[in-house]
Amino acid sequence: MGTTFLRALAGAALLAVASGPALAATEIQWWHAMGGELGEKLNAIAKGYNQSQTAYTVVPVYKGSYAETLTAAIAAFRAKQQPAIVQVFEVGTATMMAAKGAVYPVFQLMKDTGEAFDPASYLPAVTGYYSDVHGNMLSLPFNSSTPVLYYNKDAFQKAGLDPEAPPTTWPELEADAKKLQTAGTTCGFTTGWPSWVQIENFSAWHNLPIGTLSNGFGGLATRLTINNELVVRHIGQLAEWQKSKIFDYGGRESASAPKFYSGECAIYMNSSAAYSAIRANVKSFKFGVGMLPYWPDVKGAPQNSIIGGATLWVLSGLAPEVYKGVAGFFSYLSSPPVQADWHQFSGYLPITMAAYELTRQQGFYDKNPGTDVAIKQMTLHAPTENSKGLRFGYFVQIRNVIEEDLEAILSGKMTAKAGLDDAVARGNELLARFETENGGKE
Amino acid sequence: MEKRVTFRNLLVPYLLVAAQLAVTLVFFIWPAAQAVRQSVISEDAFGLSQHFVWLDNFKRLFGDPLYLHSIEISLLFSAAVAGISMATGLLFATAADRVLRGAALYKTLLVWPYALAPAIAGVLWLLLFNPTVGILAYALHRLGYGWNQLLNGNDAMVLIIVAAAWKQVSYNFLFFLAGLQAIPRSLVEAAAIDGARPLKRFWTIVFPLLSPTSFFLLVVNLVYAFFDTFGLVHATTEGGPAQATAILVFKVYRDGVIGLDLGGSAAQSVVLMVIVGLLTVVQFRFIEKRVVY
Repeated sequence: MGTTFLRALAGAALLAVASGPALAATEIQWWHAMGGELGEKLNAIAKGYNQSQTAYTVVPVYKGSYAETLTAAIAAFRAKQQPAIVQVFEVGTATMMAAKGAVYPVFQLMKDTGEAFDPASYLPAVTGYYSDVHGNMLSLPFNSSTPVLYYNKDAFQKAGLDPEAPPTTWPELEADAKKLQTAGTTCGFTTGWPSWVQIENFSAWHNLPIGTLSNGFGGLATRLTINNELVVRHIGQLAEWQKSKIFDYGGRESASAPKFYSGECAIYMNSSAAYSAIRANVKSFKFGVGMLPYWPDVKGAPQNSIIGGATLWVLSGLAPEVYKGVAGFFSYLSSPPVQADWHQFSGYLPITMAAYELTRQQGFYDKNPGTDVAIKQMTLHAPTENSKGLRFGYFVQIRNVIEEDLEAILSGKMTAKAGLDDAVARGNELLARFETENGGKE
Repeated sequence: MEKRVTFRNLLVPYLLVAAQLAVTLVFFIWPAAQAVRQSVISEDAFGLSQHFVWLDNFKRLFGDPLYLHSIEISLLFSAAVAGISMATGLLFATAADRVLRGAALYKTLLVWPYALAPAIAGVLWLLLFNPTVGILAYALHRLGYGWNQLLNGNDAMVLIIVAAAWKQVSYNFLFFLAGLQAIPRSLVEAAAIDGARPLKRFWTIVFPLLSPTSFFLLVVNLVYAFFDTFGLVHATTEGGPAQATAILVFKVYRDGVIGLDLGGSAAQSVVLMVIVGLLTVVQFRFIEKRVVY
């Protein structure tokens, strides 16, 4: 906390200096979690808006990881020093939604400020995740991604496989992995974000619920159901594959990336936003992008995948003119040129249909094959109750619980059934507590 | 021997300690009181609604097998770190004490790791042990051991113990060296004349005379392992795999800062405060009295 405070202080001092000579433009604080190249791009977007008008200055402030940014914003809110806009990752959605007095819903903000706003122009697969039961958008999607399959074309060629045909089903993937291993590749495939890719998206992709009450969209009384037959079978299969390195676990988040970069694993499932990092790190071979595999014996698969990433939430309790500026900034951010540029640069999904169209017209997908896989996979079918997304309280911790049990299963300490039963029991305890703490209100 | 200074004016002593008192109040007592208050409250993250729940947070904590597991591994971790780093520190100190040429160079090199922040030490070892690119993991694989700290809880525990102990060796080395140099040469020489071999001399003369240093270091090392190793765990294993390395300090952070479970995290902080209190009592009540300086 000490360093955060110092950083905030240093930031404030810098801002005081920077904004000194400017005219009395209203300042809009935007706390975000985009480091590295994405952070610079984000700064450029804010700069673009600041130069497009004179009444408002958007000030982006990098706050660390997603979890740290959320915690910082909450601490700031409690101290009445909150930023106007904060970037919150998708698993923090339930936390934000439950904080009724702290959040200024985006649809309300647009209405109150009289800003032109058409919710229908946004991708439904994205906005569905962040809307209330009446379909009102609560936060503005900013960076959304979905997991896809990356594969090593050179290794495929070497193993006598078609480098233009990535596996589309799990049995195909197993067969390919065996051939790859025979041809000298150490491991068949690995995955990033284990819970997000192999359980949450796996369920949506097979049109299976992750929890009751429409994955939590229907109320706080939701409970997990990921110990169902198919998930148990899939995770059990992963554990089986782990033994022969058809699958090799590489850690949480994107810790497994080096396994793909180094050529150790020929197939890698991770966020579509990992595209730029892969392009930057993979020098010795060509790679391709495919959709996630599915089990062909499951009816209704493949359905559509769900998103991850973050949205922009507006915090309440600030002056009205600040909100006027926020509304203007959101319009700017959603405009096709800005969105298309962000999408092409980062690998995140375009949040509006117009931005997608614009990107296609510019010939981006033809020049960068594979970059449209994510959007095709997201919009493969109209989302069902099971594939709209998920909304669980304490989900940051629940994901932790799931990944702990996954690790126990993959290391052979627990069977898939026992591990997932444990994850459901512990996850449900957290859900029950979230329900009580938020008064069971919707 | 106690020295007593008496002040005529009653105000002066209070003024003299006022600055220290203010610092203690603001940076210790106040946050500590906050933690105690928070530990008996159930509250949402934004602080929009809260209610008093008595000791529910503590009950939940001690009813949670994972918390009990965390206590267990914290004890194991602390004992291992203290044991390994003290034994190695003592070994190096006795060796350095006998070196005649280049002693200053050896001493300087041995003290170096202490200059690193725990997080940096952690990252160094993390890279060395990385199953894909780490040189130590490579060596272990060649020897036929399938090292994988990402899945194997024991491997992960070994990793953080080695990293934490390695960093602390320097500190122990310095104190042991000072302790060794304070032992009168004449005692050791007399024993040598009586025919005692080096090992015998060490265990019967040097080691007992080092006991004040050893006990002091034991407490310091335990406190280090219990409370200062957060950065190391955060930078390496993040408590994983499957909570195998989620020691108490790390759990406070993960449940509170990341998980936003403020009540549960505050209750854990209170438990840690009690542990520090106990260690301090042990240090001053028993060790300081029993050990002859």
